[in-house]
Amino acid sequence: MNMAQQTVTNLTEMRAGEAGVIIEFTGGHKMASRLQSMGMRPGKKIIKVSSHFWQGPQTVEIENIQLAIGFGMAKKIFVKVER
Amino acid sequence: MGNPNVGKSAIFSRMTGAKVIVSNYPGSTVEVMQGTLKTGHENSMIIDAPGTYNLTPTCRAEEVSVQMLHEGDMVINVVDSTNLERNLYLTLQLLEKDKPVMVALNMWDETKHLGISIHIKRLEEMLGVPVVPVCGLTGEGIRDLILRLPETKTVKNSHYSENQKWERIGQIVSSVQTLSHHHHTLLERLEDLSIRPFTGIGIAACVIFSVFLSIRMIGENLIHYIFDPLFSMFYTPVMIKLSTYLSHSPFLHRILIGDLIEGHIDYCQSFGLLTTGFYVPVAMVLPYLFSFYLILGLLEDFGYLPRFAVLTDNLMHHFGLHGYAVIPMMLCLGCKVAGVLAIRILEERREKFIAATLMSIAIPCMAQNAMIIGILGQRGMENVLIVFATLFTILIIKGLILNKFVAGISPEILIEIPAYRIPQLKSVIKKLWMRLYSFLREALPLVFLGVLLVNLLHALKIIRYLADLFGPLLTGLWGIPKEAMSALLVGFLRKDVAVGMLAPLNLTTKQLIISSTILAVYFPCIATFVVLIRELGIKDMLKSVLLMVATSLSVGILLNIIL
Repeated sequence: MNMAQQTVTNLTEMRAGEAGVIIEFTGGHKMASRLQSMGMRPGKKIIKVSSHFWQGPQTVEIENIQLAIGFGMAKKIFVKVER
Repeated sequence: MGNPNVGKSAIFSRMTGAKVIVSNYPGSTVEVMQGTLKTGHENSMIIDAPGTYNLTPTCRAEEVSVQMLHEGDMVINVVDSTNLERNLYLTLQLLEKDKPVMVALNMWDETKHLGISIHIKRLEEMLGVPVVPVCGLTGEGIRDLILRLPETKTVKNSHYSENQKWERIGQIVSSVQTLSHHHHTLLERLEDLSIRPFTGIGIAACVIFSVFLSIRMIGENLIHYIFDPLFSMFYTPVMIKLSTYLSHSPFLHRILIGDLIEGHIDYCQSFGLLTTGFYVPVAMVLPYLFSFYLILGLLEDFGYLPRFAVLTDNLMHHFGLHGYAVIPMMLCLGCKVAGVLAIRILEERREKFIAATLMSIAIPCMAQNAMIIGILGQRGMENVLIVFATLFTILIIKGLILNKFVAGISPEILIEIPAYRIPQLKSVIKKLWMRLYSFLREALPLVFLGVLLVNLLHALKIIRYLADLFGPLLTGLWGIPKEAMSALLVGFLRKDVAVGMLAPLNLTTKQLIISSTILAVYFPCIATFVVLIRELGIKDMLKSVLLMVATSLSVGILLNIIL
């Protein structure tokens, strides 16, 4: 019963230290293209570093890049994780 | 051109010898810088543009960058070689612009530590333009970069859609870059700790505490052990001689030396051009600026500021700002002009207005702080604390109010957090020197002008007239003597001189606290005022000024009642 299961979740619901693969952005085109040019693209491996109190910014690591993303925006980023 | 924080300014400064501020956080350059590169008989103008992730600007600094692209004849695209994939997106966009392009692979030295190797020849073939590995910090490879400038070419053909671009980048990266494993370093562990909420806040508290402590320690000791002894050993004898020499021309004596206090020159109270006018900026303000910019430079180069911004994001949202606004505010603690310029990294007009207004009202610059510590501190540090605590309270209340009443939206934070780097002593000192030099060059004349103006207005009895006119307001509402009017007047020019003018007035401690606070709040100095008009526009600036006047009126009255 301990088989790892793949779940899709938004970025804010990932746990600190958890890794996953970015699936899609549900924000507008502008947000998607800005995130992409900052190195955050569907298909990339992403590691959640931390999330700050009271719906604060979410920090993540993608390859060598660390980004801090506001809570609202992070909710629109979906990630596939194995749990 | 290139992504933020890839080292454009470092390379620019290596190529042209121009002095520019280089720091380790995205958005450290907000203005266009120009420099000249001499190659043989030719001179070319090099432009350092603010960083941008793509050619669709989201803030003023990025807008400036995209504008520059149209004006230049060729583009040197600076690429962070430790993040090839992300950086190449802008490269492909630039290649579409039908301008000759050349790629500088910066941070080449870092790739070895990170276990990245890049096949340069193959990258050149795939992009179709010259690619040169460089290290902006040490200057390695800059010569090659300059030598190969003539090889730069325009690539015809490449017009891809967004997705095609990413596909193309994928192909390029997989064929030129190989990764090998690397171990986590101590710095990387520290990076993690300072961005996690619990440890991060702890570290931030330690950093803030030690920053304030060391700024004060360094500043005070510099004054006590270096500047004051130097002044009394070399400068005072000269002044005393000059004073005797000028004793039969009272007017000149008054302007240059000022009043003798009990027969002696008193640097704080005499108010002559060569006494107070020289002593205040050089021996009271400069030591504190030195220690502030030394510490700020270390923090900037280490890469701490963006992490601090993330930690404060939540708090700042209550003010209608996001965490990154904390960076202009920290710069503002040094000099408001630098702080106001840095609001260009903010996206929306609303944010800029709030940030600029809060900074002008509630964040005193280092020149003013040094004077407050110097003059009010003599009566006990707790009085200085009252002033700072009042200003901080104003910051919070004004922030909450502005957030409620200013229309518009405030976007969320979205920033890149750079890796920690050990600051290089040479570049920290270079930056420190540039900032102090610009203080001496830009502030010193204004200080002289301020002192001169005071003496002239005094001689012409204009100050007495104004003091009588506004006297009732000052004494009635704020409880300070009407003579303080002259300080308020000079505060338009320089805040440090203005605080200095309070010294000869024999104020009670309470009056000194109230007038120092009002001087901080009521209006920005002329240099800041000019930049504010430029960055905010006249309309927003006027609103901002109204808020300042209203705040200083009410805060003065409140303090008068409470204290």
